Amino acid sequence: MPDNGRKPETVALTIDGREVVAPKGASLLQAAAGAGIEVPHYCYHPGLSAPAQCRVCLVEVEGAPKLQPACVTPAQDGQVVRTDGDEAVKMRKGVFEFYLVNHPLDCPICDMSGECKLQDYVFAEGRDHGRAHEPKRVFGRDDFGGDVLYYGDRCVMCTRCVRFMEEVAGDARLTVVERGNRAVIDTFFDEGLEGAAFAGNVVDICPVGALVSKEFLHKARAWDLDHTPSVCAGCSQGCNIELHTRDNLVQRIKPRENQEVNGHWMCDYGRESYEWLNRPGRLAAPLVGRARERGLATDERGLAASERTPAEWPDALDRLRARVEELRGADVRVVASGLWPNEGLAALDALAQAAGTVEQRVFRSPRAQDEEPLPGFPLLIRRRDLAPNVDGAGLLGFERAGDDQGEGGLEAVADHDGVLLVLGDELRDQPEGFGARAALFVYLGTHDSPAAANADFVLPVTTFAEQEGTFVNAQGRVQRFQQALRPPAGARPAWLVLGALAATLGGGRPHARADAAFASLAAAHPAFAGLEYDALGLAGAPLAAAPAGAGTS
Amino acid sequence: MAYPYRHEKEVRLMSDAFGDPAARTLEGWKARGGYQGIARALEIGREAVLADMKASGLRGRGGAGFPTGLKWSFMPKDAKRPHYLLCNADESEPGTFKDREIIRWTPHLLIEGCLVGAYAIGADHCYVYLRGEFFEATQVLAKALEEAYAAGLAGPDVLGSGVKIDVTLHVGAGAYICGEETGLMSSLEGRRGEPRIKPPFPAASGVFGMPTTINNVETLAAAALVARHGGEWYRQWGTEKSPGTKLFCVSGHVKRPGNYELPLGFPLMELVEDVCGGMRNGAALKAVIPGGSSVPIMDAEECASCELCYEGVEAAGSMLGCASVIVMDETADVVKQVRRMADFYAHESCGQCTPCREGTSWAARILRRIEDGRGTEEDLDTLLQISDQMTGTTICVLSDSLAAPVISSIEKFRDDYLALIRRGERVGAA
Repeated sequence: MPDNGRKPETVALTIDGREVVAPKGASLLQAAAGAGIEVPHYCYHPGLSAPAQCRVCLVEVEGAPKLQPACVTPAQDGQVVRTDGDEAVKMRKGVFEFYLVNHPLDCPICDMSGECKLQDYVFAEGRDHGRAHEPKRVFGRDDFGGDVLYYGDRCVMCTRCVRFMEEVAGDARLTVVERGNRAVIDTFFDEGLEGAAFAGNVVDICPVGALVSKEFLHKARAWDLDHTPSVCAGCSQGCNIELHTRDNLVQRIKPRENQEVNGHWMCDYGRESYEWLNRPGRLAAPLVGRARERGLATDERGLAASERTPAEWPDALDRLRARVEELRGADVRVVASGLWPNEGLAALDALAQAAGTVEQRVFRSPRAQDEEPLPGFPLLIRRRDLAPNVDGAGLLGFERAGDDQGEGGLEAVADHDGVLLVLGDELRDQPEGFGARAALFVYLGTHDSPAAANADFVLPVTTFAEQEGTFVNAQGRVQRFQQALRPPAGARPAWLVLGALAATLGGGRPHARADAAFASLAAAHPAFAGLEYDALGLAGAPLAAAPAGAGTS
Repeated sequence: MAYPYRHEKEVRLMSDAFGDPAARTLEGWKARGGYQGIARALEIGREAVLADMKASGLRGRGGAGFPTGLKWSFMPKDAKRPHYLLCNADESEPGTFKDREIIRWTPHLLIEGCLVGAYAIGADHCYVYLRGEFFEATQVLAKALEEAYAAGLAGPDVLGSGVKIDVTLHVGAGAYICGEETGLMSSLEGRRGEPRIKPPFPAASGVFGMPTTINNVETLAAAALVARHGGEWYRQWGTEKSPGTKLFCVSGHVKRPGNYELPLGFPLMELVEDVCGGMRNGAALKAVIPGGSSVPIMDAEECASCELCYEGVEAAGSMLGCASVIVMDETADVVKQVRRMADFYAHESCGQCTPCREGTSWAARILRRIEDGRGTEEDLDTLLQISDQMTGTTICVLSDSLAAPVISSIEKFRDDYLALIRRGERVGAA
């Protein structure tokens, strides 16, 4: 072969008249995708084997006697391929007509409507009018167990779900039964997908509305949802996700591809753990003043909010700074949470350092009994730590406290008589006397808590979904998430308020943006050295060294 | 039991013992020269057997007509991985009943063919995949195989040569698609009987992912004879491009339907008029399906000069297929026959590929409507377009197999369709 200066591991071909260079071994479908040409397909999925059975991706290859399936035909040097030739277009028009012969066309009540590949392709290339006047075959609906419902009539029999369970989940719980157009997806036993830890992915990879989520059933239309790149907060794996939101509420979570972390997948535990982001009853404004000290009774929930005085943020921060300065040099104890991003934890640490002598920095986080690996994608493991940033907390100097329920372990904190800072831990297991002896008790959280009754300052902060920032996952990868929800009026990101406060006390500079907060923490903490917020992008980047923190043991 | 019909023009290389129970036993078979083929093969060696097979020009009898010697030569020559020979005994093509007869009457001929084939391709294991409905044939073959093992013909040391060839019988569950070679492999592996995309071809990665050759029952039976007598011997019958003899399964409106072994190139009309005794009730010939239900239907004019060899039937506008000759006289209702085929293919489609899964059953429903007198002329255009969309667009050729009779019947017997559509009249009374 003549030396044309190309790297040997690529091939050059022509697709639809365009010169395309693709990695050697790529299929025509992948080569086309790399050049921005979508070859319609159903059975092919980048994370699964390709059976080439949907027959939608057939393309014209010069010299081939008939149309070739692009998903399994290797791209070769000098090939001339047409995805838009008359033959290919005619075939696709025909195959989409076949798909509609028995399809119920119930788009108005189908959850997939708006993001359905059958809908898209038929609109793009299908016939204007169907010619199938015969009665349709009817299967009805089947509960597959777990969160999965199956509408057999909508099914295009691409078998992605069957192959996912077999090849990726390593747990072949789905199969095709019967044959011909009586063929249908089914489970083997009564429990179906119940208890299969990764079964929710079959809903994601279903190209049509055949497999839908019971939890999401009829909850929102696809076109009303905003998609925000984020990171799953279910465990310390940090699967890359999209938060799908409407009406300022998270409606569902979908995995977002990252081959270094989660491939195309995520676990059902993570997928289902978002309700805390939608929890009502949020703290709406800073509260100043200690309820118990003034002898005021608490309400039936043990909360004393009404007796505390709401304050404007500048006023609250001024008073807090004054109090910290009064107590300057005091012993400081800090309770944080593995749910909170690095920027907030670093700012909390900076404030603690500025306030006095830090005696204790802890976080608590629930831990599962076991890990749950995904056999077909070994990088993805549902980790024991059921919070997204325990590794970040460890790197930032916080030590794990408490038990596997995320409870206890705060005895020395509860009776501390110096400065007590709490961020993100709701202290649900703690008694009402928590922090009663503290000279200064600052509670930063999303919700009020009985154990915060003694707090001098209750400051409303945002969840990770209401701000941007970073987590460090169990692989030691720093990953960014974007803001998906509008925070309640009074809530602020912890890094913003704590950073501002620490700066006034001589602990660094205040930051107006998360990237600046990250730059500041990267400068202060050697583990993060060399990382730049912008360069993290949507895929994240590994720390220079593996996390030495309290993460996975 | 005497075999139903015979004819003097037959050349009974494989079928001479049909109807003779004595030939089923090892003793009876040996008396007829049995197992001389494998003995000679072991003597002359693998390469010589391959050369013989290429010289014979034997073409696959399962329908595609691919040269057997060439197919065998595709197998890797090294023995790094196990090689397998598969014998396709899943004979299910409507109109076909030749393999069953070979197994029923001359099981040892098939076993010998398996041994020869396995030896030639370096396989130490041959699986015979039997159609699930072949109860009697399976019993006969199993008994013969026991005898062959007991006599040291099959097993760890074939005829004392040190060559190991095991033969295993595997009974399918009655699915037409398992007769498709890659579907058969999937089924044998314990999966759903679904054809696989090629490449990889079986010789590179077949059953259990190993190099595999798959041959039809009749092919292996003929191969045993070629091994016994040599390649040139086989060429004394048939044509240049289609050497040897072939079993013709004749059914339909002839006086003497049945299996007839004839040299390839035999004139179709001579088969109908002479060998089969002519048309039933002296009626006129209307149509012939020459190669099993999946090939284009031929009208009387096309039949007139058709010679029954691969190239001859192709020239007449159809395919020899597995030489299952379905003869229809003027009383035949072509629409009904095609509808029944459509029902069959719709029922037997594995359901993987969309054009087949949806197309076969859609075509069947349209045909049923036409047959019921509720069709329109647009339906014929729709059927032709559906058939076009079902041709060459799928993993295997099952949907092509329905498209061929649908297209050819509408082209050649459009009046039958129009009589139903326009006047509600059925052509023919069958």
